[in-house]
Amino acid sequence: MSATTTTTTTTTTTTTTTMTMVEAIRDALTLEMERDERVIVFGEDVGVLGGVFRATDGLQQRFGERRVFDTPLAEGAIIGASVGLAAAGLIPVPELQFLGFGHQAFHQIGQQVARFRFRSQGRHGMPITIRSPFGGGVRTPELHSDAFEALYTHCPGLKVVMPANAYDAKGMLLASIRDPDPVLFLEPLRGYRLVSGEVPTGDYEVPLGRSTVVREGDHVTLIAYSAAVQLCTRAADVLAEQHGVSAHVLDLRSLVPLDVEGLIAAVEHTGRAVVVHEAPRTSGFGAELVATIQREAFYSLEAPVERVTAADTPYPLGAIEDFYVPQVDDVVRGVLATLERS
Amino acid sequence: MFAHFIPDADAATPLRHLAPDGSLLPGVIASLDDDEMLEALRWMMLTRTFDTKAMSLQRQGRFGTFSQVTGQEAAVVGSATALDPTIDWVVPQYRELPALLRQGLPLHHFMLYFMGNPAGGEIPSDVNVLPIQISLAAQIPQAVGLAWGLQLRQTGGVVIVYFGDGASSEGDFHEACNLAGVLRAPVVFVLSNNGWAISTPRHKQSAATNLAARAPGYGFPGVVVDGNDLLAMHATTAAAVARARAGDGPTLIEAMTYRMGPHNTADDPSRYLDVDEHASWLPLDPIERVQRHLAIRGRWDDTARDAMQADVTRQVDEALALARSVPPPHAGQIFDHVYVDPPLTLTAQRAARLGAGA
Repeated sequence: MSATTTTTTTTTTTTTTTMTMVEAIRDALTLEMERDERVIVFGEDVGVLGGVFRATDGLQQRFGERRVFDTPLAEGAIIGASVGLAAAGLIPVPELQFLGFGHQAFHQIGQQVARFRFRSQGRHGMPITIRSPFGGGVRTPELHSDAFEALYTHCPGLKVVMPANAYDAKGMLLASIRDPDPVLFLEPLRGYRLVSGEVPTGDYEVPLGRSTVVREGDHVTLIAYSAAVQLCTRAADVLAEQHGVSAHVLDLRSLVPLDVEGLIAAVEHTGRAVVVHEAPRTSGFGAELVATIQREAFYSLEAPVERVTAADTPYPLGAIEDFYVPQVDDVVRGVLATLERS
Repeated sequence: MFAHFIPDADAATPLRHLAPDGSLLPGVIASLDDDEMLEALRWMMLTRTFDTKAMSLQRQGRFGTFSQVTGQEAAVVGSATALDPTIDWVVPQYRELPALLRQGLPLHHFMLYFMGNPAGGEIPSDVNVLPIQISLAAQIPQAVGLAWGLQLRQTGGVVIVYFGDGASSEGDFHEACNLAGVLRAPVVFVLSNNGWAISTPRHKQSAATNLAARAPGYGFPGVVVDGNDLLAMHATTAAAVARARAGDGPTLIEAMTYRMGPHNTADDPSRYLDVDEHASWLPLDPIERVQRHLAIRGRWDDTARDAMQADVTRQVDEALALARSVPPPHAGQIFDHVYVDPPLTLTAQRAARLGAGA
């Protein structure tokens, strides 16, 4: 079962307000720090500044320096310390300022956080939620924008959560912090302020491992997560308006746990699938999705599964990043290619 | 309290309380009384006895690859005995068996771990230790986080983290020291400088005259201690623990010792060991030094030695029998404790591998 089997999407209040993704994330952090005094937030510039994207704005003023702490610039120590803090009974919510710098902490995430529970035969669980922005489209300096999610899905013991909208960002962050297993919670840089929506002001969880159909369609299924979901819905608009194609769009929401049932149902609905992500193609998470689809939905497929991804190149400088990160036209082309097959 | 180490000074003379002949140095008041020294000696002899037994079993194919403590017992026991196991924690590397035992880890767990049985990873809920660390230096920031957590929870607890001269070249060591200094975390860094990182000698590990000299750069004191001197190690660590407990922050203790055996059972030191250097450490054996001291005190003779040796041999044999009585691991254990709540994909893999209902 997925991590939050006992919960469904429950809302304890019907009051909603319009929030951007970054506001929804801040709201979740505030709510959970209020609710559970074991929760602590730390990382580079998360305190006085409130984070370089203001995700933690106001938290230090509200909860004090003991619970919201600016660390030295050392990703390995931030994540390594999280292991010890968890062993001491706290619930660490560290921030990696950019996932592009996650390699500086990769040894602590992949080899330590992810398997500490396993290595201690259950004694030392790691209820850690590592928050980190990732992805392109906002002209960051070099080495900030990579989509490295696939690396972390290859770290057994870790969960990888990738919300696409403000409602899910709040509900899944609450679910992640409350999850007894370690979670890498990845926030799309370009969605922080561009993506907004109605968000309940109260407490609710969106369970990990449940995909959602964000747009119904009949001809082809687009499969995405995080910022690529918005890309796919925009592409679906173009496909409908210019090509008479009706696209079904699935938001996976989390990669680990993966909602295989939802994935297969979405593919079987149309018999054609296009997987879209910002990361390079080779060994990208799309490969896992395509392998799962061919195994579980083989007899429903009317065409080979298409992948729309970045090329197998390093993330480029800002002025050419739109040639690297998949755009609406790339998704449309991928869909049309699928429809032309067989 | 000790003076701050001055980085550009000549090699600091290691702090020593007990001369190799077992006599106390002039002006020194022993930091352990005779009974406490006998107890510490028992931990050291237990460890040496385990090392000998395990090496023999490993050569017969009945024990896995492991690293002996031999020659470094005083550095570990002298420091660990400065802790209160009910509130303080040990964060080990992998060459600190007696520290783990004194915290309460059952010896047969340690044996099972090196026999390849996952059950050996079990840590009883009241034993304040983190798992053995194989990925060198990764344990150091973890220890700082643990100390920070104890501080936040106001438990009064202190953490000792162990590592060696080799691990002190890793980035994690430096990041951890820096963070600990900023936090004034209640942690004691015990760097066992045993002269070797597998085949790489200390002088190729760092150009620093002393590794303890790095501590002032992180804003806390470093001290160089004769790591084969139980009393000096204990006194120094006790002062560092008191300092940490009082909220005055971390201390780095460089224990000057020597790895008398191979790196581990898979190593062949004949390819690199300086035989003369090795021989020069033989008269400095930490166990014999304590025994000589206790003999001077009238608390050690052949009868006492035979009794204690018989006692620790029995303890090792009993633990070994207990370890052997544990059922061999089963395939399902590769899936256990990976997640509290595993993804359905993993549940399916488990069922496919083990059959439904497994």
